[in-house]
Amino acid sequence: MEAVRRVISVVVLNEAQVLARVSGLFAARGYNIESLTVAPIPDTDMSRITIVTKGNKRVIEQITKQLHKLIPTFKVIEHEEMVEKEMVLIKFPIEESLSDIQALCQAYNGGIANVGEKMVIGMVTDEPARIKHFIEAAKRYSPIEIVRGGVVAIER
Amino acid sequence: MSRNGVPVMKMSGAQMICEAIIAEGVKTVFGYPGGAIMNVYDEIYKQDTFEHILTRHEQAAVHAADGYARASGEVGVAMVTSGPGFTNAVTGIATAYTDSIPLVVISGQVPLSLIGTDGFQEIDAVGISRSCTKHNYLVRSLEELPRVLKEAFYIARSGRPGPVLVDVPKDITGEIGEFLYPAEVNLPSYKPNYKGNNRQIHKAAKAILEAKKPLLYIGGGAVLSGAAEIVRELAWMTQIPVVETLMSRGVMGAKNPLLLGMLGMHGNYASNMAMSETDLIISLGARFDDRVTGKLSEFAKYADVIHVDIDPANIAKLVDVDYPIVGDIKTVVEKLIPLLKDDIRTERYQVWRDILKRYNELHPLLYNDSDEVIKPQWAIERLGELVGEQAIITSDVGQHQMWAAQFYPFDRPNQWINSGGLGTMGFGFPAAIGAKKAVPEKTVINITGDGSILMNVQELVTAAEHRIPVINVILNNHFLGMVRQWQTFFYDKRYSETDLSYQPDWKMLAEACGGIGYDVTTKEEFDAAIKDAVAQDKVAFVNVAVARLENVLPMVPSGGALYNMLLEHKEEK
Repeated sequence: MEAVRRVISVVVLNEAQVLARVSGLFAARGYNIESLTVAPIPDTDMSRITIVTKGNKRVIEQITKQLHKLIPTFKVIEHEEMVEKEMVLIKFPIEESLSDIQALCQAYNGGIANVGEKMVIGMVTDEPARIKHFIEAAKRYSPIEIVRGGVVAIER
Repeated sequence: MSRNGVPVMKMSGAQMICEAIIAEGVKTVFGYPGGAIMNVYDEIYKQDTFEHILTRHEQAAVHAADGYARASGEVGVAMVTSGPGFTNAVTGIATAYTDSIPLVVISGQVPLSLIGTDGFQEIDAVGISRSCTKHNYLVRSLEELPRVLKEAFYIARSGRPGPVLVDVPKDITGEIGEFLYPAEVNLPSYKPNYKGNNRQIHKAAKAILEAKKPLLYIGGGAVLSGAAEIVRELAWMTQIPVVETLMSRGVMGAKNPLLLGMLGMHGNYASNMAMSETDLIISLGARFDDRVTGKLSEFAKYADVIHVDIDPANIAKLVDVDYPIVGDIKTVVEKLIPLLKDDIRTERYQVWRDILKRYNELHPLLYNDSDEVIKPQWAIERLGELVGEQAIITSDVGQHQMWAAQFYPFDRPNQWINSGGLGTMGFGFPAAIGAKKAVPEKTVINITGDGSILMNVQELVTAAEHRIPVINVILNNHFLGMVRQWQTFFYDKRYSETDLSYQPDWKMLAEACGGIGYDVTTKEEFDAAIKDAVAQDKVAFVNVAVARLENVLPMVPSGGALYNMLLEHKEEK
């Protein structure tokens, strides 16, 4: 069976240990985590954890079932059609062309987030595949540091 | 003081723990005190509603609670202190976890203010136990303690049962607050499904009616669900042959003509061939463990699969399933029976039953008895004749465990108590102590080996002190027999660290601790020792010298196909 990339959203009770339970499950059962983001769901006592993982059909099915088995898990959403976005921040040396960087960031739904004495920080929010392209393109401008935010997703 | 008309009492956290244990109807708690759990032990001292058995090691306390749970079907409770008290308990917790046994383990923890400071006897209990508990709690305030205790018992026994750890900091057990034990739990994220999907059950019934070679594959879930009676009814009504896993021995009853035996690595020929040739597996509470399936790609190649399990994660985990049914075995089989009643034609499976009968005649489960030396299989068969239905049998792990599963005539569920999933040596003796406390009217016998018994031998003192007369039948071959068997078969007889020729004097050892010992080398001595031990009110060691190099057969070599069994092993001279 072929390994596929999947985005899984887990809605959990916002309580102590819950992130450890979720990430520990991946570690204990040898599942892979490509990225993981977590934040509270507004006006509830719940959090949403978005996990990007890879595995064959059986593994993905096991992951969703095992996640669901955790006592504080309300809902596991594993959807083929998810709208996904990821954010990335990149720090460039001030010597690089500001206008080039700005144009590049704009091409990927972003812009300049901050400029200092020695550096310029670009910020981009886009689909994960396009984020990869942006990072490749940005390499031409001697990036000092790249910080990816991890994927957040919502079903269509 | 009252809340909604119910009186609210003021008490310490320690007292709340005792009140919860009483409210849950637990008769016996097994444990070991220490610094962080002392407040609770002080309250245990003051009450006389439940009994506390002081084991001599925390691992044994958890196994004893586990044996209590398996023999009674109720939640077992163990209590330990923080740090090493808890880490010693981990093997016991993991054993219960892999066999889905309902336990509540209460551990002391350093005071809240010391957590995270590497305090004396501090260890991250919830972190360590996360992957071997069904759920766990670190109690963070006295206010949440009653709710946590209520949830712990509920989670342990509901759905797919399992152990729940409640880690309680010492300052919380010492603090005074209001106690009202909740009547109900409120866990919106945890809703086990017992009922089973009706459409799937209808489809499964149709598949059974259309199959030519159906096979009932019964697992430990049938024991946990209390489904033995209804499963027997299903088999009887349909006349479908049955195989049992290690965990479900006793569900069908040894005398049941539909029972082929145990399947798997040490299953009998007919059972393994039935699984290899069936066209429809009806799996009731089994989980297709690797010790059952052998090589997966060769497993039950011609079969469609009906899989009934309370845990959806068990379904299609290893084997593709055609009729998945998430639900309680008893509830689902109760729904299935009326759907089959009118249309079942038992003669439809006659050819299939005849084939399996021939397989059994071809290679029955046998051993070569001897007049010179006691064969371990003989000892187990004889034990069955001597105590039979009257006994609860526990076991440790190794050859003796497999022989017990093969040769003891189990008549009912909950009669056979062993560590099937984790395979924990040292389980049998403390589990026997727990089982005897739960069902004192039964004779409780631990079938063990000269390796396993030493792993919790200190419990001789516990059993002697509390007059818990369990009998340990040590099938003594002066080897770590199962590992030795693998070394014989697969490692050119290089017996690396498996020779146990250096031995204690078992009789003296038992008697030094206040028990009674027997050394047995002949069949006559065996009978005499067992009869005497059963009549005693003392813990006993029956040290039985058995054939040293006897192997457990049949055997499916690890990773091999289930139908490729070693049926005999010829010793070259």
